Amino acid sequence: MAVDTGLREPGRVSGGEGATGHLEELRSDPIALMERVRSECGDVGVFRLADRDVVLLSGAEANEFFFRAPEEILDQAEAYPFMTPVFGEGVVFDASPERRREMLHNQALRDKFMRGHAATIATEVERMVAAWDDEGEIDMLDWFAELFIYTSSACLVGKRFREDLDGRFAELFHDLERGTDAIAFVDPYADIESFHKRDAARAELVRLIQAIMDGRESGPPVPAEEQDLVDVLMSVKNPDGSHRFQADEVTGMFISMMFAGHHTTSGTAAWTLIEWLRHPEVLARVDAELAELYADGAEVSYQALRSMPLLESSIKEALRLHPPLILLLRVAKEDLEVEGYAIHEGQMVGASPAVSNRIAEDFPDPDRFVPDRYVDPNEEDRQNPWTWIPFGAGRHRCVGQAFAMMQLKAIFSVLLLDWEFEPAQPAETYRNDHSKMVIQLEQPCVVRYRRRAVARHGGGAA
Amino acid sequence: MRIVVDRDLCQGHGVCESEAPGVFEVGKDHQVVVLEDAPADDRRAELEAAVRFCPTHALSIADD
Repeated sequence: MAVDTGLREPGRVSGGEGATGHLEELRSDPIALMERVRSECGDVGVFRLADRDVVLLSGAEANEFFFRAPEEILDQAEAYPFMTPVFGEGVVFDASPERRREMLHNQALRDKFMRGHAATIATEVERMVAAWDDEGEIDMLDWFAELFIYTSSACLVGKRFREDLDGRFAELFHDLERGTDAIAFVDPYADIESFHKRDAARAELVRLIQAIMDGRESGPPVPAEEQDLVDVLMSVKNPDGSHRFQADEVTGMFISMMFAGHHTTSGTAAWTLIEWLRHPEVLARVDAELAELYADGAEVSYQALRSMPLLESSIKEALRLHPPLILLLRVAKEDLEVEGYAIHEGQMVGASPAVSNRIAEDFPDPDRFVPDRYVDPNEEDRQNPWTWIPFGAGRHRCVGQAFAMMQLKAIFSVLLLDWEFEPAQPAETYRNDHSKMVIQLEQPCVVRYRRRAVARHGGGAA
Repeated sequence: MRIVVDRDLCQGHGVCESEAPGVFEVGKDHQVVVLEDAPADDRRAELEAAVRFCPTHALSIADD
């Protein structure tokens, strides 16, 4: 793309006078910072992260530019320095991140695998609720985090591997997620507690995977149809007969496969439930929708792949209001132009789902939870493909979107058919913790559950 | 009736292949191949479903 002379420089947002620019604000109130960029500078504006500019784009035109740009122009690989210590530095993969994403996609996320995944997921929820009494309380952050470790490990790595895991794995995974402080933009190995815990958790995960691999090595062989990705990776040998992939690499691969879908789906499940508890009239309609869909005893594994208009709209609306990723980043590989403004090679370029998803011109009454905005003929998500962006858009769009939606439909089918929920704290006190790049619910985030007097669940989930 | 694919958006999920078999095929390179550029009108319902359920909104139908 040729750059004209006489391009304007985008405006700089107020604040950020210190040596690290807007870094502290990004660590404390990132959404307010990014909304101020839009209100002060418009579709293209700049904030400063330590010694680098971030050109923040918003609105349909600038976002379309961002999401359509090929990797050679806006590079994703360099843009997330806080992820390197999580996946493991120095871990040598046979394939680029792009190629690995492609493999994951082809092997596990294709449409034709979804029915099997739906059955697996329904089984995992049933196992989790089997530990419940007739009534009680759960912390949504802990509970969903554990559930989604089981579902993602079972679907992406394999059922054999899932059986090797327990709650410890989820706790370690949580420490990885907490180890994503934006200080990583200055130094990914800064001497702060959350980074020490991150590194200790990763080392412990490698030990767990090593123990699993040792167990496989000395255990009896399993038939091919029961093998999982651990078995497949262990079967790859060097010419001297040693394993091609060591525990450290295997751990890095599994973390990179499971990471993107974990905190995102977990947070979305929690926020969907929270919004229903804040809007009981919507929840009553969702209950009715499910009751009708399952009236004939349909299986969750079948129904979760079919249309559930109001439940899906609720998930979409929770995603719009509380997108799990609030800032998507790239690095400009050459001088560029967007809407008459200059972007310079080496600058970071960002798009913000948190900002764009609430643009009032595209989403009337943008701060309100209104699932009906997705119902025919409104369909505000389809009408605004470049600003309704909880999953991103374009070539880097979330490859797990269909899997995530199916997963949430299966989970809420099981939960809502057999259980009732109510808030265990004032509904306005559920909020996100924005102190890390990976956003999580702030604790406490407790809900109360109660078994329905008459279980309405017609067919077995398993 | 003609099928239009936005190549910037297609990620090869294969939903179109399930909705309208024989018209779409997604190969190992995870890119959709349109087997029939101008399918017969009696397949419109299947094609509309493929367009509608494409997870990346990469498909559209042009009537020329």
